[in-house]
Amino acid sequence: MIRVRIFIGFLVLLMSAQFVLLVGGHQESLQVDRAGVAAKRELVKTLGLTDLALWTEARYSRHPSQADLFTSFQDYPGSFDHFPAGSIIAPNPTGLSTTLRVRKSAGRGRK
Amino acid sequence: MIRHLKILEYALSSLCRRKFKNLAIIAVYAFTISTLASILFLTQALKIEAAKVLIEAPALVVQRLAGGRHDLVPTTYGDAIRALPGVGSVKPRVWGYYYDSINKSNYTLLGVEAGQTELELLEGRLPQRPGECAVGAGVAEAQVAGIGDDLLLIDADNMGRAYEITGLFRADSRLWSNDLIVFSTEEIRRFFAIPAGLATDLIVEIYNEREVVTVAKKIKRLFPDSRPITRNEILHTYETVFNWRSGMILTVFAAALAAFCILAWDKATGISGEEKQEIGILKAIGWDTADVLELKFWEGMAISLTSFVVGLLVAYIHVFMLGALALVPVLKGWSVLFPPFALTPYVDLYQIVVLAFLTVFPYVVCTVIPSWKTAITDPESVMRG
Repeated sequence: MIRVRIFIGFLVLLMSAQFVLLVGGHQESLQVDRAGVAAKRELVKTLGLTDLALWTEARYSRHPSQADLFTSFQDYPGSFDHFPAGSIIAPNPTGLSTTLRVRKSAGRGRK
Repeated sequence: MIRHLKILEYALSSLCRRKFKNLAIIAVYAFTISTLASILFLTQALKIEAAKVLIEAPALVVQRLAGGRHDLVPTTYGDAIRALPGVGSVKPRVWGYYYDSINKSNYTLLGVEAGQTELELLEGRLPQRPGECAVGAGVAEAQVAGIGDDLLLIDADNMGRAYEITGLFRADSRLWSNDLIVFSTEEIRRFFAIPAGLATDLIVEIYNEREVVTVAKKIKRLFPDSRPITRNEILHTYETVFNWRSGMILTVFAAALAAFCILAWDKATGISGEEKQEIGILKAIGWDTADVLELKFWEGMAISLTSFVVGLLVAYIHVFMLGALALVPVLKGWSVLFPPFALTPYVDLYQIVVLAFLTVFPYVVCTVIPSWKTAITDPESVMRG
């Protein structure tokens, strides 16, 4: 059963490598949580930051949380969202989410 | 136990007989899994980073809208907001964007009040006087400048101005400060020609976290042209941006899953004549249907487990050790200043389990079902084809 041994050995080796990476990563994240996150929080608090400095190509991708409510049309009405970052952000579900109907009351309607 | 191991041994020797075909399947399968896992690892790491750090983001940011667009807000709004019950401090924030035509990059310019001068993630100090600034690592690289050097910018009056760099944000903070240039509030007002009495937005401190929404409603009632943005909304933005359902991720994810489905479908429908004959012979020499199914199960398991573990390993190394090299061109877009990813490996085991369930399980099922159909047929007719 040489093939079984080789296969199981190979799989165990790969899984051990994965395990070591995951455990090492977890330790690193705990270490970052202890020291690094506090420093980043201090930075965010002192400067009043609201967004990650990832996409700097347009104001609505630099500050997605602060952008206008209709960010796809920032440049002119009906314009396409021409930066790839826009496609990362999920659009709202299409269609109306809420409908409000207003009717005249019967008494007023007769008047 | 020995019986299972012997069937596994037979399954492996059967796979070895068609080694090139099976190696090709493992390569495609592992590539699909590594693509999916890379996206999951990257988005999860960014999402957790945002969630952990933005806890200290302002409880409430108040913007003013004019004509449906963001406009400067009078600081007098702050006086009225400060008088609301439960509100602590209200600070006007002055910030904006600057396009550097030489580097063709955008910077974010931010004003801070004089006071705190040192930060753990800042080498040097924050600006205290007009004529000083602190810059992010991306800006420093673009301008080839460091602490003590001058930064040349064109102000709102089209006049060139030189600022002494007094602080440089450390590389650890690049995800937050890469494109930042920090001035004193007085200086940034002069730079953007924003008159006193106006600010870009207001930061509102609220004592009780549970009162944030109530205060936001009161502000909206008090100033109908205002737009309060709560911390929860900021956190929710990043939750949504890096969600499974977000546009780009869904597209890549769907494409990879479709590729995998084609692979699995081919496997399910394309059991070869040779394989059918093999099953017929096994049945003829006395193997039960259950034995044949176990053989096919082990074949499917050997291929999927190997591909899954290899794919996961490659994805981890790709995202957390190589800085998501293959995904950066997609994510970067038109950003000239894009921070290199030095991500903290926040891995969600739940996502790995879901990924395994979505890939390993269907593949094994696709291997077993067509073999079951063949195994329950009369061996003689199977061998005759």
